[in-house]
Amino acid sequence: MSTVRDRAPQPAGSGLNDDIGEEKRLELYRTQVTIREAEQRAYDLFLQNLVKGTSHLSLGQEAVAAGFGGAMRKGDLSFCTYRGHAHTLARGVSVEKVLGELMQRDNGLMRGKGGSMHLTSADHGVMGSYAIIGAHLPIACGAAWRAQYKGDKDVSTCFFGDGTTNIGAFHEALNFAAVWKLPVVFCCENNLYMEYTPISDVTAVPSPAGDRAGSYGLEKIVIDGNDADAVFRTARAAYEKARAGQGPSLIECLTYRHSGHSRADPAKYRPEGELDRWKQRDPIKIYRERLQQFGVSEKVISDIEADVRREVDEATEKCKAAPMPPLDILTTDVYADGGWAWRN
Amino acid sequence: MPEMTYRDAVIRGIAQEMSRDPDVVFLGEDVAKAGGVFKATVGLYEQFGPLRVRDTPISEQAILGAAMGAAMTGLKPIAEIMFSDFFAVCFDYIANEFPKSRYMSNGQLKCPLVVRTGNGAGSRFGAQHSQSVENWCMMIPGLKVVAPSNPADVIGLMAAAVRDPDPVIFFEHKSLYPTKGEVPDGEIVDTLGSAKVVRPGKDATILALALMVPRALQAAERLKSEHGIDCEVIDVRSLVPLDTQTILGSLAKTHRLFTVEENPRLCGWGAEIVSIAADEAFYDLDGPPVRITTPHIPLPAADILEDIVLPTPDRIVETVSKSLNS
Repeated sequence: MSTVRDRAPQPAGSGLNDDIGEEKRLELYRTQVTIREAEQRAYDLFLQNLVKGTSHLSLGQEAVAAGFGGAMRKGDLSFCTYRGHAHTLARGVSVEKVLGELMQRDNGLMRGKGGSMHLTSADHGVMGSYAIIGAHLPIACGAAWRAQYKGDKDVSTCFFGDGTTNIGAFHEALNFAAVWKLPVVFCCENNLYMEYTPISDVTAVPSPAGDRAGSYGLEKIVIDGNDADAVFRTARAAYEKARAGQGPSLIECLTYRHSGHSRADPAKYRPEGELDRWKQRDPIKIYRERLQQFGVSEKVISDIEADVRREVDEATEKCKAAPMPPLDILTTDVYADGGWAWRN
Repeated sequence: MPEMTYRDAVIRGIAQEMSRDPDVVFLGEDVAKAGGVFKATVGLYEQFGPLRVRDTPISEQAILGAAMGAAMTGLKPIAEIMFSDFFAVCFDYIANEFPKSRYMSNGQLKCPLVVRTGNGAGSRFGAQHSQSVENWCMMIPGLKVVAPSNPADVIGLMAAAVRDPDPVIFFEHKSLYPTKGEVPDGEIVDTLGSAKVVRPGKDATILALALMVPRALQAAERLKSEHGIDCEVIDVRSLVPLDTQTILGSLAKTHRLFTVEENPRLCGWGAEIVSIAADEAFYDLDGPPVRITTPHIPLPAADILEDIVLPTPDRIVETVSKSLNS
């Protein structure tokens, strides 16, 4: 029994003030544009050798981060992967803090100690970005256990890719969360490729997350991950369920990354035309048209876009001018006393 | 002073901390209703209830991951990994997650938790249920590592570990569970990072950990009576933080250093201490430091084989006496 919840867009002319509303829609659009512009800037800065190390961009996957981020409440917790810039920005972390970390500057989120793959902003509920596949699913369970134990009403969301569904920790966490009925939402961003290999080549079932849900007594939920409204509504329903004490959800969002797996990957393995087809379903294009359908003026839309570009430009300049981290932070925060002493 | 077993001390240590702080919770395989496969958690479920003492599936990654998520967000979990050999199936949390989140986040995240585990040989369980793996943890920046040798230390170090703001790996020795020791009444709170001189002496310093402590003490008595060698025995207790001062202080007095390690030879904890002694106390030494370890082999199951593979009092006596008389 497969219940694919592919939410249809609202018909044109129905007005913005449906169950999502104008204010939320403009927020969802702004978040998506912010992610797009910041990720594109990260790529440009990499070409200028100002972003070092590696980076994993979410170009093309913005609707997932925006939809979930928009459905969260303050105090809800996010657990991300190394492809986590988008989810960090979606919780309201400034572009400057994110780019600063990618550029390894002292103004970065973690002052250069974590890097692109480990973006963390506890004040915004971003409880870390985890670069070992699957590691953070059990961790999100633990945060949810704390909420359950203490009677807190926050929900933990764990974002991961399709490749994660084939590692042991995924299955351990899903079973654990279901048995303990934890307030945790698992969001699988299925962008069709684990890294360089199509997920379908290495997975026993067509829907890598959705088809596993039944093994843990969960509903199969597979949605259009390029439609921020569909993502928002599905996330909102999962959060309501979690807050009502009815346990976890596993949501598979079908999407596509416009760039390679990481900065080292030109993505030559993709069949011809695939990228172009998915660009027709670019989440930002879809959402811009949605706003127009709902009668939002071109001026309001382009003002948001201009505003975001200004923010990203200003952040870029601030980061370029920011100092590198001081050497004295090298040995801080290894242990809770602030230092690194392992002996007397 | 009243006596109790090492096993009962584990129960009392956990109960002491759970009674003190409602944020202390406990999870693991068979730990709640069954009271633990080593019967080292009997009664906790009845005393503290199903919300605080929880049975988990056989999912070591889920156990440690959940402990970490709970610790990051305000609880003080104690997680049990039944056999320390199983660290290998959840090592990501021990090596990559617990110890690095604070540093990588520039101090934004915390990880105050305790992982207790049954460590060590002597039960004829063979190569995958008998290892001493404290060196697996000692080498990772960001972890703290303790291994008590007696019931009073179990309680005191458990309290110190639970109250510590960092992730602590707590090695209980399986062969010590039935052993007895004196334990004072009332609350016991010890200090991480403190070694203990358990037998003063002047001719040689013997460092030991966990099950090797009673063996070193037994050997020291025989070295005295049979060879007239007066050994100082130090229970290292805590590998991280390491009480280098107590060790080097003893060395400055005895001028000879022996380590008794249950782990296989390569990269055992004693190797690190010998290197510190070579760096910082070379001119205190009257002879080469000597490491007495299990040889570099997987552990055999048969009792006749397991018994000779671990450092024994016989081997300690022979090694120390030969070294000092050569």
